Amino acid sequence: MSTRYETVIGLETHIELKTETKAFCSCAVEFGAEPNTHCCPVCTGMPGALPVLNAKAVEFAVKAGLLLHCRVSLRSKLDRKNYYYPDLPKAYQISQYDQPICTGGWLEIPSGGGTKRIRIERLHLEEDAGKLIHGEGGTLLDCNRCGVPLIEIVTMPDFRSAEEVTAYLQLLRERIRFAGLSDCRMNEGSLRCDVNLSIRPLGSHALGERAELKNLNSFQFAAKAIAYEERRQAAVLDAGGALFPETRGFDEGTGETFPMRRKESQSDYRFFPEPDLPPIVLTQEQVARWASELPELPDVLRERWRATYGVNRETAEALTVTRAAAEAFERAAALTRFPKLLATLLAADPARLAEGEIPVSAEHLAALSDLLGEKTIGSGTAKELLALLWKEDQDPREAVGRLGLGKITDRAVLEPLTREILADSPRAAADYRAGKKAALQSLLGQAMRRTQGRADPDVTRELFLASLQAEPRKEE
Amino acid sequence: MDKVCGMTALGLSAALRRRELSAREAALACLARMEEREPQLHAYLTVSRDEALAEADAADRRLAAGEPLSPLDGVPMAVKDNLCTKGVRTTCASRMLEGFVPPYDAEAVSRLGRAGAVLLGKTNLDEFAMGSDTGTSAFGPTANPIDPSRVPGGSSGGSAAAVAAGEALFALGSDTGGSVRQPAALCGVVGLRPTYGRISRYGLVGFGPSLDQVGLVTKDARDCAAVLAATAGFDPHDATSSRQSPGAYLDGIGDGVRGMRAALVRESLAEAEPCVRRELLRAVAKLESLGARVDELSLPFLKDMLPAYHILGSAEASSNLARFDGVRYGFRASGVSDWRQLIRESRSRGFGLEVKRRILLGTFVLTKEQRDAYEKARRLRRKTASSMAAALSYYDFLLLPTSPEVAWKRGEKRDPVAMYRSDLFVVPASIAGLPAVSVPFGEENGLPVGVQLVGRAFGERELLRAACAVEEGRA
Repeated sequence: MSTRYETVIGLETHIELKTETKAFCSCAVEFGAEPNTHCCPVCTGMPGALPVLNAKAVEFAVKAGLLLHCRVSLRSKLDRKNYYYPDLPKAYQISQYDQPICTGGWLEIPSGGGTKRIRIERLHLEEDAGKLIHGEGGTLLDCNRCGVPLIEIVTMPDFRSAEEVTAYLQLLRERIRFAGLSDCRMNEGSLRCDVNLSIRPLGSHALGERAELKNLNSFQFAAKAIAYEERRQAAVLDAGGALFPETRGFDEGTGETFPMRRKESQSDYRFFPEPDLPPIVLTQEQVARWASELPELPDVLRERWRATYGVNRETAEALTVTRAAAEAFERAAALTRFPKLLATLLAADPARLAEGEIPVSAEHLAALSDLLGEKTIGSGTAKELLALLWKEDQDPREAVGRLGLGKITDRAVLEPLTREILADSPRAAADYRAGKKAALQSLLGQAMRRTQGRADPDVTRELFLASLQAEPRKEE
Repeated sequence: MDKVCGMTALGLSAALRRRELSAREAALACLARMEEREPQLHAYLTVSRDEALAEADAADRRLAAGEPLSPLDGVPMAVKDNLCTKGVRTTCASRMLEGFVPPYDAEAVSRLGRAGAVLLGKTNLDEFAMGSDTGTSAFGPTANPIDPSRVPGGSSGGSAAAVAAGEALFALGSDTGGSVRQPAALCGVVGLRPTYGRISRYGLVGFGPSLDQVGLVTKDARDCAAVLAATAGFDPHDATSSRQSPGAYLDGIGDGVRGMRAALVRESLAEAEPCVRRELLRAVAKLESLGARVDELSLPFLKDMLPAYHILGSAEASSNLARFDGVRYGFRASGVSDWRQLIRESRSRGFGLEVKRRILLGTFVLTKEQRDAYEKARRLRRKTASSMAAALSYYDFLLLPTSPEVAWKRGEKRDPVAMYRSDLFVVPASIAGLPAVSVPFGEENGLPVGVQLVGRAFGERELLRAACAVEEGRA
């Protein structure tokens, strides 16, 4: 885009809360279930059915607000947002209008080598709509998603680039996920983001006419849509044209945004206080308790692990994939003499870590990394043992003894082995003597294979070298 | 038949326990009365004869075993057709819900079912309970049993007419702005609007959730206490229902009003027809003779409450009735080409005139441009509630007429504003969320007059005790 303009972006992010039941009834929240299997008179808007607020949804919304440094309102209310759409059974959405549950927070994102604070204007609680399934025979309505609790997080127009937007979304997703409040899966719609974008001449402080970009189903698409929209708006202004407020969609195929509707015709949602639900009243104690239940933030944990254990960034990121994984590492790291080894060992299988609860006790994880650090076992054996512990938690020291997995350091055992290998591999021995030092690795590899990884590499190497150097070179 | 149909619910209950007659006989008596009078009255929209007789037989087995579920076990009742009844169609007297059979019972209905009451059928109402004479029903009006050329009042006109005609021993109604009290007055029966939150609204197809309450139509105050005891109480499915435990409404109901303090609302005298004023003053004299002290009290903004009520009620109605869009249940317009047209046509053809009028009014007052009127109505509501609560911190109850006039001729009030005006005295208690009861007291040319007692929040026990005294003092 032209360097004569500055981009100004604000975000509205919707996140589905991972409560067990819906916001106003006791139907289960489950993505991907058979259509219309999780619905009842309340969430399908049957006559006379009444909503009752799920206390868990309030708790999750407040916790999300606390993660974003928001002020929590001890008294807030729910309002009706009225509009007709076939996926909205009551023809109004229960939302929060002028008294949101959380206001005024911020999130600090990495930006240009430093950090930048993105201000959060508000965070409010509302309900999701159903899903329309368009087919040849007509359109079908799936009410499973009707009434799933959502939070909407509105930022101030503080972003200046797609990179900042992506950084914010990544950090937001990580925190919300880490606290167990949502899965934040953009492809499943549990995290949805609308981008409000305008441009203005560099140095100007006035805001330009903004376009609201919708249907952004991944971080990548959000970045692409922003890049396209910056260029489009600049081109309009450069050509002497005028921009107007509008809503635009994003075409994943062409990477372009396209007009959906102009904002002047914006509907009046006729908000008014939801008469079926009393105001949400919280106590200071309740909020304090919820705050105390929140985990330490993943970025804080990573920094501490780096400083105290020397754990590198990639490893630490794998360990903060879930709160359960991070907490399991924290507990075990305090019990072992080799926390960094433990970190590397756990991070080696990130998919398993992400599964959920960690089925191995901290004591056993610590014992395992002690065995590795003391060189009683090698790293291959450690990985095998970890897999074993994952299936059935047990004391790794006992398992090593019972399964005979300890490292072999006994020269009386290893020396005959190295001789045997040298005899079987005259070629490798010759190569080594001819100066190809890499041949030693292949000899070591064979020793490992023949001992299922239990041969002590230092002792074995020493024995190979002794043999190779002792035998006279035939050419001479 | 005449014997059963003339009894009170508690009178029948005693007879059932003594096995002087059976629940089946009681149900059959009401059904026979219906056959005789329904062609003229049209109080019922649906009669569930077979189900009723099966329920009555089950009650008889319990009664024979000496294990009745409650004092209402085996007593035949009617339910206003805007309360959901599982497996029995619920129309709200609207084409919009033609053919709708709810998969669930309203909480008040299921509580009465657990008490053993026998559901005879569903009663007529103004469409979606919007009206004051049961004339806006899409399925035709109901007549007043006392004089069928006259209206029964509304919107619970079917329930009031059924009880007055002996076609049921008691009935459930709903009261948003007087819809139980006003028809009770016009038909000469007792109508109670309990405190907001006293009876669960779950399953009531209301139109103004902050004003709607399930109400009771009975033959006397004692029956009213018995039915309230069976229906009141916290319901986890209604977030606005109260956790305060229900009272022992029948205990001491006959203890009289000696020492009670009442306040006659001064402004109501000027607004009532002479015959209504006369009976109200006679009721005051009677209360005084029974040992109550009656003062006069001014509620200067009485007349402002009616427009405030219509603004708030219509605003909520415009949103509450928006779900009737032809997408999931009820009436669906055919011959449409897209979803916008589907919703527009279903609503245009499904709703009647009065409902449309209120939806339009409600939509209008909620727009940004008209917001002032809505906010003003909300302020007036708070003011009303606090000034009435202040008065009731001293007085045990307030006295007003129920209706400014006796039952009028059918088709007489064609101007909607004239119709709205008939709710002048019933709207204040609705706006304030207070309990209020209409008790028959005196008559004019054979047409009953009702007086209204408004009590303290959750003070139904004292309120019904006073109602019982008024009732016994009449003649």
